[in-house]
Amino acid sequence: MTRQRFGRLTAYWLALPGAMWLAIFFVIPMIYLLSLSLMTGNFIDGFKQTFHVATYWHTISLYHDQFIRSIVYALIVTALTILLAYPMAYWIAMRGGRHKSTYLLIILLPFFVSFVIRTLQWQFILADNGFVLGTLKDLHLVGSDFHLLATPVAVICGLTYNYLPFMVLPLYVSIERLDPRLMEAANDLYASKLQALLRVVLPLTVPGIFAGVLMTFVPVASDFVNAQLLGGAKTTMIGNVIYTLYLTNNDYASASALSFTLMGALLIGIFAYARALGTKDVMEAAAL
Amino acid sequence: MTPVDPTPSGMADLRGLTRRRFSRRDVLQAAGLLAGAGLLAGCSVPGARASAIPGDYWADKKPSKFLDWANWPLYLDVGKENGKTVHPSLQEFTEQTGIRVKYEEVIQDMDSFVGTIRPVLASHQATGYDLMVLTNGIYLTQMRELNYLIPLEHSRMPNFFKYADSTSKNPTYDPGNKYTVPWQSGMTGIAYNPKYIKREITSFDDLFDPAFKGKVGMFADNQDLPNFALVGIGVDPAKSTEADWRRAAKRLTQQRDEGLVRAYYQQEYISPLSKGDLWITMAWSGDIFQANASTPGLDLKFVVPEQGAVVWTDNLCIPRYSRNPVSAMELINFMYQPKIAAMVAEYVNYFTPVPGAKKYILDDAKAAKKKSDREELLGIADSPLVFPTKAMESKLYRYATLSPEEVPVWNQIFEPVYES
Repeated sequence: MTRQRFGRLTAYWLALPGAMWLAIFFVIPMIYLLSLSLMTGNFIDGFKQTFHVATYWHTISLYHDQFIRSIVYALIVTALTILLAYPMAYWIAMRGGRHKSTYLLIILLPFFVSFVIRTLQWQFILADNGFVLGTLKDLHLVGSDFHLLATPVAVICGLTYNYLPFMVLPLYVSIERLDPRLMEAANDLYASKLQALLRVVLPLTVPGIFAGVLMTFVPVASDFVNAQLLGGAKTTMIGNVIYTLYLTNNDYASASALSFTLMGALLIGIFAYARALGTKDVMEAAAL
Repeated sequence: MTPVDPTPSGMADLRGLTRRRFSRRDVLQAAGLLAGAGLLAGCSVPGARASAIPGDYWADKKPSKFLDWANWPLYLDVGKENGKTVHPSLQEFTEQTGIRVKYEEVIQDMDSFVGTIRPVLASHQATGYDLMVLTNGIYLTQMRELNYLIPLEHSRMPNFFKYADSTSKNPTYDPGNKYTVPWQSGMTGIAYNPKYIKREITSFDDLFDPAFKGKVGMFADNQDLPNFALVGIGVDPAKSTEADWRRAAKRLTQQRDEGLVRAYYQQEYISPLSKGDLWITMAWSGDIFQANASTPGLDLKFVVPEQGAVVWTDNLCIPRYSRNPVSAMELINFMYQPKIAAMVAEYVNYFTPVPGAKKYILDDAKAAKKKSDREELLGIADSPLVFPTKAMESKLYRYATLSPEEVPVWNQIFEPVYES
């Protein structure tokens, strides 16, 4: 009896550091953020709790364009990264042989350079008269006033480039764990290569796709660096707005309200997505 | 079946059969909710305003032999000595007063600099700086409102009252120069690259020319962009009303929605303008001058549009908790000598607050041995970007001075323009 008791308590003790970590760095800040979003006041005289829910409607009515744009960009970027990353991960996992880790390292190599510097390079690559567009213009392949920088295309490309590895890695892990005999079996049962891919490989790697989507969609939706450096007149994302509200205007209430709305929208989206995929797969993804 | 024991503990069991018992989990959940609600309601964010600065602040301040000065890059005269970069005016200051100066070019833009020092001051700590250069506008007003600036001791700066020009005295943003004196001033106007634009640019409306579609740059800030647009639609920002703000924002929104604006820039507009990504843009006078000077073959043009331009002033001021405020006052007084102001103006090429500096620049030109040096100095003495002409002065407007209540209204009108 006492031994059993002791055992149960040990489990709690072991969970304590993790729980404390979550409480200190997630739960308390979240409650604080929520509290802040309901306050009114200004930076100089301070903010007081007034449960002013109207801040939410007000900020959303002001910034719904940027909000929707961020979600749309995030969806496009996620789709693009899946399209690009799946063949890459598949090839490395199946055909990589003993150089697998080298290929993975190559994919991670850009991470050794600062995020901002990497993004800034795209300003040079995509400049109106830079070496890509300049050459295309000299060859009269595109019109002389064609430009990529300061357009949504540039922002989406930048985001896709920056978040691609976050999709490759989970996909690689889930493809690598596939039992090759399953594909042989599909082959024996007269499945074509495409059918085997669509009906065997793809369903079995859904947890990997889910993990990849989580790791790209969420940070992309709240990114602000790419829109800042590569964007133009109508590419501002919600992250930029929150940044300005917090750090330039010191309007903590509006900034918190927007952050909270964004977080809520992302959570709802992810739960809906998890539902659509089936809970079991998601649990597997979580275990990944 | 055993009969129910009618003792108190038995009654508890009985109650448990009929009423839902509270499990430990329920209690924990309730406690959590209560604590959460308490946190929600309980906390508030204290204001950042500090206590008022005592009237006898200067009474017990003693001279010291050190000064830490925070300034913007390329904003003080530079010389070479034994291969090292030195500031001749500061060397002379140290010689005359014995005060050693730590000169730091740490201010890149107001956003990040004020963002760095504000939390320090809010926790009643010294920033380490004794003197700093802040642009007039929302941030400077905020710093003053927060009681983060030390009132200057006017008896220690006779040179300012003797040599400063009339516009530097008693500016609208700091009546009576209570907290600040101008360091240098500059203009926000229009710059264009004549390689791509073959006609004369004269008007604010040129930023709306459909021929420049997608090649127009504007500023992404809540200061220059709004004020410049107000001047552009014929309103003096200092006298503007909320209705004017909305009109100006509407004009800017149109410009954006018609696809004229390529992007809204913070600092980085010079490179696209030189490369041809931009043809015409809002610009700071000094930036264009320095870009042309530092890049051979580059010939960007700066224009004060016929509607007028915005003039801003970077100001010397003393942050609260400064350890060497007397040294800071010494430096302010020193810099207002026409001879010293001339040394600075020859290098930085912004408006100098000391008109008497012109004589010294002309003297230096006469004394110059090389012809190119002489021509350059004569050019500076004649430059309307250093000594504004009377005709130009009449076309220069100050930023709107906003009260703390007006700032959020202003921001909400103009931010959606550039954060779109």
